[in-house]
Amino acid sequence: MAITKVRKNYHQARWDEPMIFELSTPGVRGIIPPAPEAEIVAAVGDVAGGLPEGIRRSAAPALPEVDQKHVLAHYLHLAQETLGSNLHADMSQGTCTMKYNPRVNEDLAADPRFAHVHPWQDDDTMQGILQIYYEFEQIMKAVSGMDRFTLQPGGGAHAVFTAASMIRAYHRDRGEAEQRNEVITTMFSHPCDAASPATAGFKIVTLMPKEDGYPDLDALKAVVGPHTAAIHITNPEDTGIYNPLIEEFVKVVRDAGGVCFNDQANGNVLLGIARTRDAGFDFCHYNLHKTFAVPHGGSGPGTGAMGCREEFAKYLPYPTVEQDEGSGRYYLDFDRPESVGKIKGFLGSAGVVLRSYAWAVMMGPKGLRETAEMSALNNNYFMELVKRIPGITAPYAEGHRRLEECRWSWQELTEETGVGTDDILRRVGDFGLQHYWSSHHPWVVPEPMTIEPCETFSKEDIEEYAAVLAQIAEEAHTDPEMVKLAPHKCAVRKRAAEEELDDPTKWATTWRAYKRKQGMA
Amino acid sequence: MAVKKVGLIVNPIAGMGGRCGLKGTDGAEILARACELGAVAEAPARAELALSRLVGLEDRIKILTVSGLMGEAEAREAGLQPTVLFTTDCDTTTGEHTRRAAREMAAAGVDLILFAGGDGTARDVYAAAGTDTVCLGVPAGCKIHSGVYGINPRNAGDLAALFLQGKVTKVKQAEVMDIDEEAFREGRVSAELYGYLTVPQDEARVQGGKAGRTQSDENALDAISYYLMDTMNADTLYILGTGGTVFGVKRRLGIAGTLLGVDVTNGRELVAADVTERQLLDLLDQKGGAKAKIVVTVIGGQGYIFGRGNQQISPRVIERVGRDDIIVIATKQKLAALGGKPLLVDTGSEEVNTMLTGYMRVVTGYNEQIVARVSS
Amino acid sequence: MAEADVYPYIPNSVPEVKAQMLRAIGISSVEDIFAEIPDHLRFKGELDVPGPISSEYALRRHVEEILAKNKDCKEFIGFLGGGVYNHFVPSVVTTIMERDEFLTSYVGEAYADHGKWQAQFEYASCLAELLEMDAVNTPTYDWGMAAATAIRMAARISGRSAALVSASVSPDRLSCMKNYGFSALPTFGTVEMDPETGLVDLDDLRAKMTDEIAVFYYENPSFLGAIEHQGSQIAEIVHGRGGVVAAGIDPITLGVLEAPARYGVDIACGDIQSLGIPMSAGGGQGGYVATQDEPKFFHEFPALMFGVTPTIVEGEYGFGEVFFERTSYASREQAKDFLGTMAQLHGIGAGVYLALMGPQGMREVGEGIMQRSAYLARQLDALDGVKAPVLSAPFFKEFVVNFDGTGKTVAEVNKALLERKIFGGKDLSTWFPGLGQSALYCVTEVHTKGDLDALVGALKEML
Repeated sequence: MAITKVRKNYHQARWDEPMIFELSTPGVRGIIPPAPEAEIVAAVGDVAGGLPEGIRRSAAPALPEVDQKHVLAHYLHLAQETLGSNLHADMSQGTCTMKYNPRVNEDLAADPRFAHVHPWQDDDTMQGILQIYYEFEQIMKAVSGMDRFTLQPGGGAHAVFTAASMIRAYHRDRGEAEQRNEVITTMFSHPCDAASPATAGFKIVTLMPKEDGYPDLDALKAVVGPHTAAIHITNPEDTGIYNPLIEEFVKVVRDAGGVCFNDQANGNVLLGIARTRDAGFDFCHYNLHKTFAVPHGGSGPGTGAMGCREEFAKYLPYPTVEQDEGSGRYYLDFDRPESVGKIKGFLGSAGVVLRSYAWAVMMGPKGLRETAEMSALNNNYFMELVKRIPGITAPYAEGHRRLEECRWSWQELTEETGVGTDDILRRVGDFGLQHYWSSHHPWVVPEPMTIEPCETFSKEDIEEYAAVLAQIAEEAHTDPEMVKLAPHKCAVRKRAAEEELDDPTKWATTWRAYKRKQGMA
Repeated sequence: MAVKKVGLIVNPIAGMGGRCGLKGTDGAEILARACELGAVAEAPARAELALSRLVGLEDRIKILTVSGLMGEAEAREAGLQPTVLFTTDCDTTTGEHTRRAAREMAAAGVDLILFAGGDGTARDVYAAAGTDTVCLGVPAGCKIHSGVYGINPRNAGDLAALFLQGKVTKVKQAEVMDIDEEAFREGRVSAELYGYLTVPQDEARVQGGKAGRTQSDENALDAISYYLMDTMNADTLYILGTGGTVFGVKRRLGIAGTLLGVDVTNGRELVAADVTERQLLDLLDQKGGAKAKIVVTVIGGQGYIFGRGNQQISPRVIERVGRDDIIVIATKQKLAALGGKPLLVDTGSEEVNTMLTGYMRVVTGYNEQIVARVSS
Repeated sequence: MAEADVYPYIPNSVPEVKAQMLRAIGISSVEDIFAEIPDHLRFKGELDVPGPISSEYALRRHVEEILAKNKDCKEFIGFLGGGVYNHFVPSVVTTIMERDEFLTSYVGEAYADHGKWQAQFEYASCLAELLEMDAVNTPTYDWGMAAATAIRMAARISGRSAALVSASVSPDRLSCMKNYGFSALPTFGTVEMDPETGLVDLDDLRAKMTDEIAVFYYENPSFLGAIEHQGSQIAEIVHGRGGVVAAGIDPITLGVLEAPARYGVDIACGDIQSLGIPMSAGGGQGGYVATQDEPKFFHEFPALMFGVTPTIVEGEYGFGEVFFERTSYASREQAKDFLGTMAQLHGIGAGVYLALMGPQGMREVGEGIMQRSAYLARQLDALDGVKAPVLSAPFFKEFVVNFDGTGKTVAEVNKALLERKIFGGKDLSTWFPGLGQSALYCVTEVHTKGDLDALVGALKEML
């Protein structure tokens, strides 16, 4: 049996690293670009020099001048000061599904027969990537029950926005665009379920949960009507609670003439267990950089795979990927007159689709199901251990089980000791674990903590994490300063002047702004 | 950092009623019973804990307080050197002492009044200092319904320290409530909105990762106000209720409205300020069949929209205007803090209460609404 | 097959481990957890999906066999551009982008993830030097999204709801801008391009720029490759009517082209894929938006902005989110842009690229590209019936080639070129019918003289 170990002696690399600009010495070169051949130069001369004044560069950009080895070392240092999820039990980033990102998929994406493809190449020269897009779309259809998918949106919020654009077009064609100007969502759905439709021009109506934490069907009935364009709802919600009345929610909105969108950002636990279409939804999306094992990249690139019923397919962004029935040849279909147009350039994040495909076919139907079952099992095992920690509670859904994650509350501990969730999440970093995700704003659950132990974490990972939380809860009583001044063992210490980040005379998002405001040369 | 002046007021008997089930200590008789039952004063210890968070700032702050257990003792115990404003000889201190202290501190121009006590103490501080001086409560009573406290003594001390160092600069209006103790002992909960204290805004300093940080109250109020302004009809009577959020709208509309009173506009023009029920009914009569709307917000931690501090908007007024023309406004944070509990109404009329129950849309921003349950 | 499948990516799939966990929870199977889902909503049976391919070796073979059906710009000589570019990718950039630390991080706080925040800050800082602008966002999806964001910002800044866009911007980007901009800018007008030069028609701009227009957006170089040198005049016209100037600028040009801050651009935007990110069939994109650090502009950024800030240790660099709230009446429609996962990793890569290149590298790559593209244009123009460049303005890496004189369509030419393992320029005949049978050719620093001569030779043969 593997051991469970709380890393008491952990320390992150701490390089005290200067800014790259501080490593700069004039004249030093990091890399030499290829020079054009002498014959070319002889033929055309100094072309750039002949540019009209006003557009010719007048002052060389003040980029750093650093030799290659020092550039490499600098960024390797910064890498060592970053805690990617492949390095530890990153159950911390709840709702983000930080599962193992397989290295084999990186090797596949580096293959020049993918990396060097230009998306405007003739379809006949892209049969490989088009096949992968087509086959992956079929996988998404099977997983969700939907009729068509677009793999272009660059993330979850983008997928929600794409659906909102399509829904707008749908109502417009029925002459109801003016009238149907409201989108309904719930407090515990992902915030993009509100923000994305708002960007698409809709008024947002958010339902407060019932006291037991479940979405309120009566609240929905009270506001649904001729103004309803759609409902955008996450299920299970970010609290990990599955809405057993989901079908009724859909029916109420459908009966009022609205369209139903299911945000499946938390869909890892439903693979092979329940399909969104079966609950009656018209649209859905999955985050490929969550559920389909694609790396998060520090926040992208990602993909929000957006699915819909056949009725809405005509509005999909162009091009779609099709297969000729006779020849089996794959091709891009740009001839889509009712499409909402483009929401992202070219085919979308093709590398993300490639990696998703590779993971899905490796797992197969049983593997996908095992993924879902294990994320539910892991979370419930975690909950079993953590609920015993004094000062922590799992509000709502009394007597029911959470699925893949839980939003906890440290309120009791905070009232007793004054140590809050923002202190605890900083202290977690002292044990080689990522600072956990609290909650989206505004906080409905006080002093929140959202943890998602998805399927790639081991029993020992879970026990380690629970043990760390228990230790910190103890410290809150015996040595609260330790927690309040955390982190102590990360690459840097606690920020000292948060108020300066709100102060226009102090804040600096670039080095040049920093130098200016600090009065440096 | 320029030397900051901190007024310190401790109510030594706060909380003594709670431990032995007496639900408060207003009144000498009740206090005597509490002592008989073995109640021990806890407020001093809590105040000390809060003050210990200011150690380290001694050279930059000046503490003004009252003798003995009303502040001097606790400050010294925490290692600070206070200046005593006045001495009290009584065995037990009263609300009058609190009010005098707050008055003198406000007059001395303190940057912050830090007080340890419950709602009764908050009420006294408000009565004397009003909203011009920033105040912060260290929770130490068994009646804690007001929104003026830090979450616990240590955090209150930390927040005070941050505020004095200029690291927290935003302030907000927080309600001062008080429960009628007599009624409470008889099993009835009847809280009143007494007023507002200006307190430092303790936003959670947790970076939002992918979703950004909390919207400030001011910003939310801007959005709500602009939405109302854009949707107001010149021809409609607006009955603007009490509370900080509605007051924020009144300010942005540019009308001379009141914080604790009900004001009436015709479109965006002020028609009457701080009105009674009678005046409201008269105005509605004058308006004849034309439109009227009521604008209210959520008062207090329990979430009242009618019945706490806006009884002028009586059942008759509500019936005349009708449920559909009630506009509830509140920030998302305020609603989120209810944690799923409903909004409450206590108009005094069972019938009207029932009429109001159900679901209402609450305006929380521009083109943003939250649907909340209403219960009585 | 064994009774229970054990998966390398799922350690707890070992039956004994699973059993222990079930016992600890007090349930007999995971079905007790899924009981939360109504039975009739449960999916019965197995998903109709391919696999499993359990062995890593077999998976590689399977996917590589599919990828073998692709041709690529390493095997072929490619002249395609239009927003995805074949620029050189330094090994150090690949090394850093591959590191699990960066690759698999997400939204951790700037303590355990300090390195990522610093790398991101440095990327923004390098781009800022190219643009000479003080505020740069964390990367968004791509250029189209960046341009859409820029015009929405302009709508909020100006309080107006109509946009003007140059006729020579990318049609796909324009579609994105309209889609995303719709709720803030329902009206889009076009400013014509001078058909000779390919530059913005200033007279037309003057005529169409009114007090109702929030923003004028143009690209530099334009989608058709023309380097716009009338920037200052454009700014004068637009600012004169209280509008905002937004420009889409490819950062790889900025070693030789002037910083947009110097010719009146208020909001700069573009794609960072040229800065060391492999094409990846269009998956290498990342959008930037930049302005000066003035409240009027800065306050309208929807994105997260990383700021440098002190920690409790003297002299230590820490990072945090710069937070600002829009409060003006013009921007009253709060939260009208969404945030989410976008393209951060590419930002880190671009930062490493710029650190390697430095000012001299950027100048050299720009000069060399302009020499190669000028050389090719000259060679093509010498061919019978071919005209290159069609537009007379100077160009950077892309230029329009016209085949009307050859009697062949671009489609025919490109088909023939394919047989010779060459990807011809993008067919413009549907998007820009006024240009006839024209194609957009793109030349970068990866093209050798041999590559360029091969194209010329192939065309000579077939025409």
